[in-house]
Amino acid sequence: MRAVVTVIGKDTVGILHKVSGICAEFNVNVIEVTQSVLQDMFAMIMLVDISGINGDFSVLVDRMTSLGTELGLSIHTMHEDIFNSMHSV
Amino acid sequence: MLNVYNILETIRMIQDECLDIRTITMGISLLDCIDTDIDKACEKVYNKIVDRARNLVPVGQQIEKEYGIPIINKRISVTPIAMLAAACPNESPVKFAKALQRAADTCGVNFIGGYSALVHKGFSAGDMALIRSIPEALDVTQNICSSVNIGSTKSGINMDAVKIMGEIVKESAERTADRDCIGPAKLVVFCNAVEDNPFMAGAFHGVGEPDCEIHVGVSGPGVVRAALAKHPDASINELADIIKKTAFKITRMGQLVGARASELLNVPFGIVDLSLAPTPAIGDSVAHILEEMGLEQCGTHGTTACLAMLNDAVKKGGVMASSTVGGLSGAFIPVSEDAGMIDAAVAGTLSLEKLEAMTAVCSVGLDMIVVPGDITPETISAIIADEAAIGMVNSKTTAVRLIPAVGRKEGETLEFGGLLGSGPVMPIKDKSSAKFINRGGRIPAPMQSLKN
Repeated sequence: MRAVVTVIGKDTVGILHKVSGICAEFNVNVIEVTQSVLQDMFAMIMLVDISGINGDFSVLVDRMTSLGTELGLSIHTMHEDIFNSMHSV
Repeated sequence: MLNVYNILETIRMIQDECLDIRTITMGISLLDCIDTDIDKACEKVYNKIVDRARNLVPVGQQIEKEYGIPIINKRISVTPIAMLAAACPNESPVKFAKALQRAADTCGVNFIGGYSALVHKGFSAGDMALIRSIPEALDVTQNICSSVNIGSTKSGINMDAVKIMGEIVKESAERTADRDCIGPAKLVVFCNAVEDNPFMAGAFHGVGEPDCEIHVGVSGPGVVRAALAKHPDASINELADIIKKTAFKITRMGQLVGARASELLNVPFGIVDLSLAPTPAIGDSVAHILEEMGLEQCGTHGTTACLAMLNDAVKKGGVMASSTVGGLSGAFIPVSEDAGMIDAAVAGTLSLEKLEAMTAVCSVGLDMIVVPGDITPETISAIIADEAAIGMVNSKTTAVRLIPAVGRKEGETLEFGGLLGSGPVMPIKDKSSAKFINRGGRIPAPMQSLKN
């Protein structure tokens, strides 16, 4: 079971650190990260393994969302199934 | 395989283009709740609904979190209540409406549909009492929806029922005149009603359906409009292809959510309804899709052709994306619930006549149309008869949801708020249809061959 975390917004110090910090707290392993910074805009997509999650996935989603609000970023945490089903026949 | 472009496209659809799951609707059969003692029957109805649907809202919320996709409504449809009312001939069926309201409150759903009767060929026990009680039922409850099927391609149109429904719509508006005539906004008159429709106000759980099942209604006019906007110079068949691809993606999401809900609730998965359901929100309008195709305003010449193409392409794209498609499936054109339709109606570009033509090629019918408060019941019946005739002859579902704006005239507006939106009072013809309506009887079923 995997999930996708996307972070979009203005670049600041420690975004990756804070997001991966929450992942570690929930025992969620980061599998892959792709990120780009265009001028001062930061865009990151993180693929994480949630099969060993030590809590409720919805709590993780809430934590990520509130981190986004705190940092002024848009953070979405979604189960990978939605992308797989939408974009493949 | 996951790729960055696809991930960002999905997020953009949800965040910027109003993509959502419009409704998860649990269909529940109440046939085993029939009892000659109406109080016992109501208790059974309440208990069965609460037992089956207790977790519907929490499960919906869990799926929203899991997939990051908003699920706007969680709803329930039930067996047409006229069938339960038939066993208690001396009691008012409004008791059932109140029991349904209690169940809606307990489960936290925003609508229960099925205060309904199917009278396309004639009235059986319970039907007349239920129909006569509709204005009171819609007045004393908030979250109950009612529908009556008055015609079908196989049986013709029951003109006695059409006459009565004109009176019921008017009476329902009068009883709720102090609340912007909200009564008839919860009442649909159908021809060829479908048994697995997840959308309100016309949802009911047909007798051919299983005991309990989950249906999903998807939405996404904003996504389709945005996809078309990227191809300003494409030909019409290229546009049709773009719509098909977009509808596929939208429907896949409905299929995923439905399958997950079915698994979590341990209830069989019914159907995905592939509809483009607009809301009054900016960027969530079917009219704006038609305008994106090249119409200056929805309702002008060419609107019917654009809508026909849109409706067909949505179905073609969606059918392959889902294991079982059903319900109403197509584009909805409810005037008060669509920002572009409201503008077109206010500007006078969109008339009742054009809407009627549009219903011949799209999903449902004359939906959420506000008419002057002094409209006669016979005129309402005549509008219903016209619309039912289109459905009957073309073997499709048509419906009428008219709201007589009591005390208001052409040019004024009714404000319902929320998803129901607001609607300008639209002009109607001032010549009478009373003699035709008062004849009663039945329009015979149409020929199914020699189609010209």
